[in-house]
Formats: sequence, structure tokens, C-alpha cells
Amino acid sequence: MSQLVEKINSKSIKGFLKGQGALVAFAVLFVLASLRYEQFLTFLNISNILRQVSMIGLVGIGMTFVILTGGIDLSVGSMVALAGVLAANLSGQGMLVAILVPIAVTALLGLVNGLVITKMKIVPFVATLAMMMGIRGIAYISTGEVSVRVDKLSTGFTQLARGFVFNIPIPALIFVLTVIAASIVLKYSSFGRHVLAVGGNEEASKMMGLNTNKIKTMVYVISGALSGFAGVILASRLGAGQPVAGEGWEMTAIASVVLGGTLLSGGVGKFSGTFIGALIIGIITNMFNMQGNINTWWQNVLMGALLLVVVVIQSQVAKHKKK
Amino acid sequence: MQQNLEVNKQDAKLTNMHYKELIRKYGALAVLILLIVVNSVFTPNFANINTAWNILIQVSTVMLVALGMTVVISSGGIDISVGAIMAVASITAAKLLGLGVLPAMLIGLLVAACFGAFAGFMVAHFKIQPIIITLTLMISVRGVAQVMNNSQLLNFTEPKFSYFGLHRFFGIIPIQVVIMAVAIGIIYFVVKRMTFGRYVEAMGDNYHASRLSGINTFMTTIAIYALSAVMAGGAGLLETARLSAADANAIGRLVELDAIAAVAVGGTPLNGGKANVIGTVIGALIMQILTVAVNMNNIPYSYALVLKSIIIIVAVYIQRDRTA
Repeated sequence: MSQLVEKINSKSIKGFLKGQGALVAFAVLFVLASLRYEQFLTFLNISNILRQVSMIGLVGIGMTFVILTGGIDLSVGSMVALAGVLAANLSGQGMLVAILVPIAVTALLGLVNGLVITKMKIVPFVATLAMMMGIRGIAYISTGEVSVRVDKLSTGFTQLARGFVFNIPIPALIFVLTVIAASIVLKYSSFGRHVLAVGGNEEASKMMGLNTNKIKTMVYVISGALSGFAGVILASRLGAGQPVAGEGWEMTAIASVVLGGTLLSGGVGKFSGTFIGALIIGIITNMFNMQGNINTWWQNVLMGALLLVVVVIQSQVAKHKKK
Repeated sequence: MQQNLEVNKQDAKLTNMHYKELIRKYGALAVLILLIVVNSVFTPNFANINTAWNILIQVSTVMLVALGMTVVISSGGIDISVGAIMAVASITAAKLLGLGVLPAMLIGLLVAACFGAFAGFMVAHFKIQPIIITLTLMISVRGVAQVMNNSQLLNFTEPKFSYFGLHRFFGIIPIQVVIMAVAIGIIYFVVKRMTFGRYVEAMGDNYHASRLSGINTFMTTIAIYALSAVMAGGAGLLETARLSAADANAIGRLVELDAIAAVAVGGTPLNGGKANVIGTVIGALIMQILTVAVNMNNIPYSYALVLKSIIIIVAVYIQRDRTA
């Protein structure tokens, strides 16, 4: 009897651990870092980590929407650059203009992504790969390949990334609020359910009368807008809009989504997972910064290895569920 | 009246079909010829044998990677680790030059093959999506390459190795061009004439059916990714030989995207199926000629990026399978 209980217990614990691969990795890293570095578990450091991951995190939230429908968006890094350049250019026109116009522009480019994918029937990987090159080109052309300084008088705009509310960095706050909002949309709105339906089985949702093209287009608009927001924050943080910014962000964003347990096949996933995925990446970077004397290139090796372990665990879970 | 219109439309459709089929088949080739003709007329010094050799030398890296990528994509997969694999093969060979040039190069290729086989194994055994597993390799293998030489540039003077980047047969034909031609021939043969190629396409068309029909999908998948990695490794070695230096940070950066773009422009469907090897060759040439032409006309590279993005979308659009 007691053996049976033990067996059940160990099984459910194992099952729980498998389902929460990212959370476990996060907890282990967190405890490890707290024990190893005394500066780690301070309010300042934690809020710093949150601020650092907020931009890639915002991109990751948009990417999660896209991946939930079974798509992918490689153009996000270029959108970050273009939005940053635009924001820096517009920073003299007042804070709202500098924030909203770039976001509107990248949302529009997201719409182009969506239309190319749904109307021209080009697979998301190729469509957004082309857009990635094109938008990066536009960012370069619009600046003459040099970075643009943010207007020194626009203190409001610089506060966006450097300011605090209740001692919490504003970007961190934006990130956390976006995660919460996205989770609510996914769980309680009809749009959220439609996103999951399209990702789960597109043919079936089409037959159920869903306008799958509209839903698919929408997620690219969201991804574009959030990437634009990240770009605006980055420009505010750096005090400049750089046309080279955001290079490789698409892969980091995808990594944070995958770490968070969202399946690339679509239909399954959650935003809290992406949040934790982004935090894991942030903590690893933070630990390597604190270690100082260690070869920083090990960071990539470790990150890749960790990603691999989480992915393998998740694949086992998926196999289990299928059975 | 309306009916008449409808009939007319159908007629137009029928005559269009043939024409559309032609575009689908030869669209990329037409773009390539157009690019060459336009540039020969308008770009100074373009119609010149040295320019041609230069374009071919420059395209050789992406070409080798794209050939391997064609096989991977045809099988329904994707390999974004190729750039990192180029780096690790390059730095391995450069580090081991003391063992002799050929052993060093072979070990470099072997290391690349091992990473590729690992990716294939993970795809076949754990059913991990190719893009994820190759993403983890892209991050970590690049890290390994960087760690191997503390992320420093590794210079070497080894004429026997540099031979693979600088030699010209009969004083004219660059060695890369010969290697590239041989590689195109081999991949074409593998895809068109060997059962392996049939297996790959069958898996890309319908994985489960091919498995049920007795294809050893496990070993085939491993072979596919190993092949892609060896091609990438070879590209890395050529690049290293040409520069007489190995730079783990720079080598192969973003080559995966150029290679995938070449494959897409070449008409191999991204969700698997028929591998269009000649299409990939044309696709890679289109992208390279565009870059060179923009450069020779003193137009900033940024404009080439925008042009490339338009060409990718247009080429993929006109070639997409309408029956799907």
C-alpha cells in the first residue's frame, strides 16, 4: 500500500516536473545564482534583470502569438531597428508621437507580413525572412547607415526606458503588464481561442467558419507592434536609434518562446512560459556578467545546452500525451 | 451577359495555364538571365571574365551551404545551424594545421558531420522540430567555436591550406569554382539518381507514408543533416583557406538565411517535397549577382537588401504550387 502511494507520488512529481521544465530550470538557476553571488538576490539586481529582458520579452510575447497559430516571424529584429530609428528621429516631436508612430509603422509592416502569408500563400518562414532583409534595408537607407541621436530636450522620451514607477523600472513594468494582458486575451477573449484553434487545426477551424486568414494576419500585426514597442524602448534606453539594432533577436525571442514550453507546431502554449523563458535567458546573462573572469563565450554554449535539455524534456512530455 | 463573361474568363484561364506553368518552371532562370543581360548593358565592367570569376568565388560559400540545405528542406526539415557549423569546422582545421593540412581539413569536416548527425538523431529519435534543434546548435556550436580560440582571430601561414582558397587551375579557373561544380554534380546525382534522394523527397512529401513503406527514416534523417553539415563545413574550410584566417565570430554569420533564400528562390517548396538542385544554383546566383551589381554601381548595400526581399517574395510567389 505504502509502496503504491510512493509510486503514485513519485510519478505525479515526475509528471509535474516534466510539464514545468522551464520553471524547474528557472528555479534551479535562481537558487544557484542566489547562493553563488551575494549581489544577485537584491531588489536592484532583480529589477535590472527584468529591465534587460523586457525588450526581448516584448518581442517574445508577439512571437508567442505568431507561433501559437503555427507560424513564425523572423522580421522582428529588423522591426526593432526600424522602430528605434524612427523613434529617435521623432523624439523632438513630443513623447507620444515618438512612441506611437514607430509602433504604428511596425504594426503596418506586420500587416504586410500577414497579407503576404495569407493572400500570396507564401510560407511564414520565407515571407518573414524576406521582410527581415527588406525592413533592415529600409532602416539602413533611412539613416544613411549611421545611428540617430535622440533629441536631448526630449526628457519625457528618455524617461520611458530610464524612469521608475514605485521603484520598478518602467520597461519591466510594461513587460509584466503585457504578459498579463496577453494571457488574459488568450484565455478569455474569443480572439485568443481562435488563435489556439487555428494553431491546433487550421482546416478544422476553417470548416467551423473561422476567418483563419484574418486571425493569422492579426498575430503578425501584434508581433510587429510589440517589436516596434521594444525598438522604441531600446532607442530610449540607448539615447539613439541604431539601424544595426536587434540583429539576431528573432532567434533569442524564438528561444525564449520554446524554453517556455510553447510548441512550434502551434495550438499549445502560454505567455507565462515565454515570460519565464525570457527570465532564464536574462539570469544566465546576469550570472556571466557577475562571474566576470570566465570566458563569456561559454554563455552561448550553456544557453544552447540548456535549451536542448528543456526541449528534450518537452518532447518526452508531448510523446506521453499522445499515448 | 454574365455567363458570357464567365466563359471568357475560363478561356483566358486555359490559355493562361500553359503560360503560368512556363513561368513557374523557368521564372527563376528568366530572372537570372534578365539580371545578367541588364547588368551587362548598364553596369560598367560587369561583362568581364574577372567579374564572372569574382561572382563565382563569392557565391561558392553560400552555394555549398544552399546545396545541403536543398536536401534538408526537400525532406521537410530546415537547418539553421549551418553558419555555426562553418565556424566550428574552420576553427578546428585552423587549430590542427600542425597535423598536416589534409588531416586538419578532414577532422574539421568530421566535427561538422558529427554535429549534423547529432541534429539528425535528435530530429529522428526525439521528434524535435528541426528548426528548434538546429537553433540550439546554432547558439551552442557558435559558442564552442568561439571558446576554442577565445573568440580571437586565428591567422596562419600555410600555403598548402591557402591553396584551397587561392589556387587557379591553368592560371584562370579558381579552385572554388571547380569544387562548387563538383559539389553541384554530386548533390544533383544524389538527389536525382540515388535511392537516398528518392527517400528524402518521399519523406518530405509524406513522412508517415514513407515510414510505413519501409524507408529507414531514422538513418535517412541522420544522413540528411550530416550531409548538410559536411557541406557547411566544406564552405567554412574554403572561406578559411581564402582568408588564411579563422574568425569564429564572423564566419558564416547569417549564411543560413542566404542559403534558405537561395533554396526558396530556386523553387524547392519550404514544406518539403521535390528538391530543385538546379533551381538552388540559380537562386544563389541571382542573390549574388544582385549584391555585386549594386556594389559595382556604387549603390549602398541596403538597397540590395530591399531588392533581395522583393525578389524572394516575387520568385516564391510565381513558383508556388498552385495545386496545393
